[in-house]
Amino acid sequence: MFTQLKKEWFGNVRGDILSGIVVALALIPEAIAFSIIAGVDPMVGLYASFSMAVVIAFMGGRPAMISAATGAMALVMVTLVKDHGLQYLFAATILTGILQLIFGGLKIARLMKFIPRSVMVGFVNALAILIFMAQVPHFIGISTMTYVFVAATLAIIYIFPRFVKSIPSPLVAIVVMTAIAVFGGFDLRTVGDLGEITQSLPSFFFPDVPLNFETLSIIFPTALALSIVGLLESLLTASIVDDMTDTTSDKNREARGQGIANIVTGFFGGMAGCAMIGQSVINVKSGGRGRLSTFVAGTFLLFLIMVLGNVVVQIPMAALVGVMIMVSIGTFDWSSLKSFTKIPITDSIVMVVTVVTVVITHDLSKGVFAGILLSAIFFTAKISKVDVSSSHNGNTLHYRASGQVFFASVTDFVDEFDYQPEGIQKVNIDFSEAHVWDDSGVAAIDKIVLKYRENGIDVSLSGLNEASSSMIKKMAVHDKPDGKLSGH
Amino acid sequence: MNGKILLASDGSNHALRAADEAIKLARGLNKEVIVAYVVDFDQSKKDVLHSAGSIDREQKRRKQLGSTEQKLQDSEVSYSVKVLHGTPGPAIVEYANENAIDYVVLGSRGLNSLQEMVLGSVSHKVAKRAQCPVLIVK
Repeated sequence: MFTQLKKEWFGNVRGDILSGIVVALALIPEAIAFSIIAGVDPMVGLYASFSMAVVIAFMGGRPAMISAATGAMALVMVTLVKDHGLQYLFAATILTGILQLIFGGLKIARLMKFIPRSVMVGFVNALAILIFMAQVPHFIGISTMTYVFVAATLAIIYIFPRFVKSIPSPLVAIVVMTAIAVFGGFDLRTVGDLGEITQSLPSFFFPDVPLNFETLSIIFPTALALSIVGLLESLLTASIVDDMTDTTSDKNREARGQGIANIVTGFFGGMAGCAMIGQSVINVKSGGRGRLSTFVAGTFLLFLIMVLGNVVVQIPMAALVGVMIMVSIGTFDWSSLKSFTKIPITDSIVMVVTVVTVVITHDLSKGVFAGILLSAIFFTAKISKVDVSSSHNGNTLHYRASGQVFFASVTDFVDEFDYQPEGIQKVNIDFSEAHVWDDSGVAAIDKIVLKYRENGIDVSLSGLNEASSSMIKKMAVHDKPDGKLSGH
Repeated sequence: MNGKILLASDGSNHALRAADEAIKLARGLNKEVIVAYVVDFDQSKKDVLHSAGSIDREQKRRKQLGSTEQKLQDSEVSYSVKVLHGTPGPAIVEYANENAIDYVVLGSRGLNSLQEMVLGSVSHKVAKRAQCPVLIVK
């Protein structure tokens, strides 16, 4: 236990400290931009990123994963912030944490396997589209110089890494563009125009909301959506970090850790956050493997806020927009466009429906639900075909059923049989390749048997597996004396 | 010394030619071959999104090596497959040096020649940093 803890914290000190610093630098522009998406002061996102990272370093289940203020969460809270204000956001953040703690306690990670991959692909693609759309008001039709700055920022972001890989290029772009804007005297909108940066340490306080049922009814829907979106992205990120580092992680502990981190963040005046795919990839690429990397990222970020507060307000919005466009390009799963022709059409439909639902409702959790529901329907439709083949043997007719006999397949199943076969006195139905799942399946078999009996043909069932036959024994009427279908 | 031969493969045509050479070497020296497939950090995200779980992922990656494995099976050289994670160059070097590999065999370029031009060649990095002889196949 102790050696495990020591390894998770101090197994890779040099790599963890360096990568933590890199991540802290890369977090600044994103935390500010996500605050602006949510409609709150940049400090709310910066404090959240500090406290999420530090708490999750201790409480998370996936070492080297980075949690902070994220775009996915920011997008969910927009309406709450606009309609009810900041204090309700803090309260919702705390409630989000409580919900996640409960979900983690209920071992939510097991449920992840029921979320189809096409829904997850739709989730990241929708997220990318929403992040991009949130940038549009900040750069379309403002001024020519705004376009120039956005383009120059993107150029630096994508060209700089070809020469220097150790410093995150978005930060370089922000620094260069801010310097040009300040010393060149360009008239551009800055971060300072949208909110304040205070160079103070975050403090512990209770959100200023009335503690009553009305408050709960205001924050609960948002908190529920936040907790689901946060866990989805966190557990997806955990799987990605697992794969990158070829190690495993405790997903339920991660879910509980996310909960604790959000509770703490809410009390320190931060917005709800979750794990970040992009930053976690940067961390692992830069050599981060242990909990120390996440801890350093959080603490160094706070240090930077303290030192750089005055500079941050001068960052031109156009440069931040450039960074966010990069984030959205990086988030989008471009391979899903290429695989459109290769994967089953139903998978593509599920993906597109997930994306469209999110873009219309602006709520990632609704898109995920729509996607899961649709793919469940597709799956049911796919397995609801029971094959029935027949063969004669003297005056006996043999049927062979293969597939799943359940509510969605029984109508077609019953129609597969010929109930007035000529010169047949006995019918045998072989179920050795079929499974009877529910009372609809049993009722269908009843119907078939009784129909033959009406026509004076003897029916026998064979090959039923144990589960199917015990269900038939319990619920069927055809094998009971005077068996008749009820209601017929 | 009974070290093994490390064949780095991404399933490309260059890697297939490298497999031919690795087989010749393995036969001549009577050595075992380890086929290393490197999953790049950036590839992890895509693969995790598009697979149902780690077993499914493993199978899909093995599929990339299909023709390489076929060659080795036909040649009756004994071999094993190892999936490495990381940046291809350093990952191959680290594995070769830590596992006392005798020879590293790899193609001169991979699937994406444009990327190689920009990022610097994997084969060059391996040749420079591996502690054993490296055979780069054109």
